[in-house]
Amino acid sequence: MDALEVIKNWVKKDSEVLDLGCGKGEILKILSEELNTISLGIEIDQENITLCIQSGLNVIQQNIDEGLSNFGDKSFDMVIMSQTIQVLKEPKKALLEVTRIGKECIVTIPNFGYWSTRVNLLVSGKMPVTGSLPNAWHDTPNIHLCTIKDFELLCIECGINIIEKRFFDNSGIENSLTRLLPNLLGSTAMYKISK
Amino acid sequence: MSNSLEAIEVNTITLDGKLELECGQDIENIDLVYETYGTLNSDASNAILICHALSGNHHAAGIYQNEERPGWWDALIGPEKAINTNKFFVVCPNNIGGCHGSTGPSSINKQTGKSYGPDFPIITVADWVRCQSMLSDSLGIKVWHAVIGGSLGGMQALEWSCLFPKRIKKAGIIAAAPKLSAQNIAFNEVARQAIVNDPDFISGRYLDVGKSPKQGLKLARMIGHITYLSEEAMRNKFGRELKEGKLKFGFDAEFEVESYLRYQGDVFSESFDANTYLLMTKILDYFDPADKFEGKLDKAFKEIEAQLFVVSFSTDWRFSPARSKEIVNALIKAKKDVSYMEIDSPHGHDSFLFANKEYVNGLSSFLEN
Repeated sequence: MDALEVIKNWVKKDSEVLDLGCGKGEILKILSEELNTISLGIEIDQENITLCIQSGLNVIQQNIDEGLSNFGDKSFDMVIMSQTIQVLKEPKKALLEVTRIGKECIVTIPNFGYWSTRVNLLVSGKMPVTGSLPNAWHDTPNIHLCTIKDFELLCIECGINIIEKRFFDNSGIENSLTRLLPNLLGSTAMYKISK
Repeated sequence: MSNSLEAIEVNTITLDGKLELECGQDIENIDLVYETYGTLNSDASNAILICHALSGNHHAAGIYQNEERPGWWDALIGPEKAINTNKFFVVCPNNIGGCHGSTGPSSINKQTGKSYGPDFPIITVADWVRCQSMLSDSLGIKVWHAVIGGSLGGMQALEWSCLFPKRIKKAGIIAAAPKLSAQNIAFNEVARQAIVNDPDFISGRYLDVGKSPKQGLKLARMIGHITYLSEEAMRNKFGRELKEGKLKFGFDAEFEVESYLRYQGDVFSESFDANTYLLMTKILDYFDPADKFEGKLDKAFKEIEAQLFVVSFSTDWRFSPARSKEIVNALIKAKKDVSYMEIDSPHGHDSFLFANKEYVNGLSSFLEN
């Protein structure tokens, strides 16, 4: 299974979904069409916002780093934050906020503990540049990278429950190896969490 | 070549029935002057209502014969523009209380044979919307594809979605606010004081004696105009440029910005009615849809069924982005369909009149999705 298939399994039919950093709205569009969700996206890029509007999605221009206090406690059935937490100024605060707003949340992170990232650093002695982390250290939006172990420790520290977790390899597919040694063989990790 | 519409038709309609106003009075035989652009389709499903702002009128788009200046929203309304007249049938009325042909303070009161002047009742945004719904009936438009407006026009679009949830599919609420701040009301009050203290105001009955409080109206417009522009726009447009290149050590208009404001004020005072201006500022001051709902905006929005698109502009300090976000957040709380964009634009409150690329793309996508 790929990440999108897992998301479709985790999101309930007819539920209310908030996607923080929804990009062009690809995930929300699929969820709206296939699961009849009531969807809202948060996005900062105006071209992406226009594309979302063209797709008929509701989308709000908002910078997540400036806070999410305009969303009420448990006001959405599911809050999705896909490949976003590592670009935020305050990931811990964001994690607490998404678990406040969503009854459940899906958070996807790139795993900095992935074997090729580790090898890359070990061999070259430079900040890793890989398929899932393609930018040089000085111009990457990914300012708060972490490993699977780090993320799970943060969840414990914040009192957040990890309900389910999945790990995907470099081609975005789940397999027996990513399940066996996720922090080494998982390129991205996806969590269903709640608080 | 301009891509503005030509051969604009100006229509006047006398509405059937009477309009019961919020103030308790009612008006009959209302004349409304309006323009239309584009063609209404066979099932009347492509109609868009444009609501004008404080000093606006029915001439939203196109160029009249023998005139140079197009309508006030020509940058956005026309063939293949943000509000595409090749697809949509666009209607823009001059609201009641106006001074461009619709029934207002300068119209003749049939009971007295004189102009209404100060006796014209105080109108509200909700009154306007009800009056516009009477126009919709007359035009055979049961449901508007969209109702759109900027500033006070955006407030009408918002009121439409609350008052007639079944008659509007989309609302474009641009550079608006859910109610005026004390600062907004203060500016309006200064404008009103400028008018009523002009010796030619004559308790509002100036038309009876062939006069007009032009000085007061000019001042009111100058004050208003400052609030429509941003500091950046003024700096870029005028800086500290001197009209004659050097200081003259006197009190005449020496800086470019001074002569610009005086000129704008003069032009406006020649063409606008002072009682209408007073009325328009009062309509703004009174607007507060949350008032009937214990101040809770999300409750005021409970009945909304339309999709809403809220737009603000970065340098607008009259109705700043924070004011638009109040509307957006209440709509989110009320679980309504809403999208929001904050456009980077240097033009202050007036930004809504300019065809900024992101703004045009966002609005046209919203109307056509």
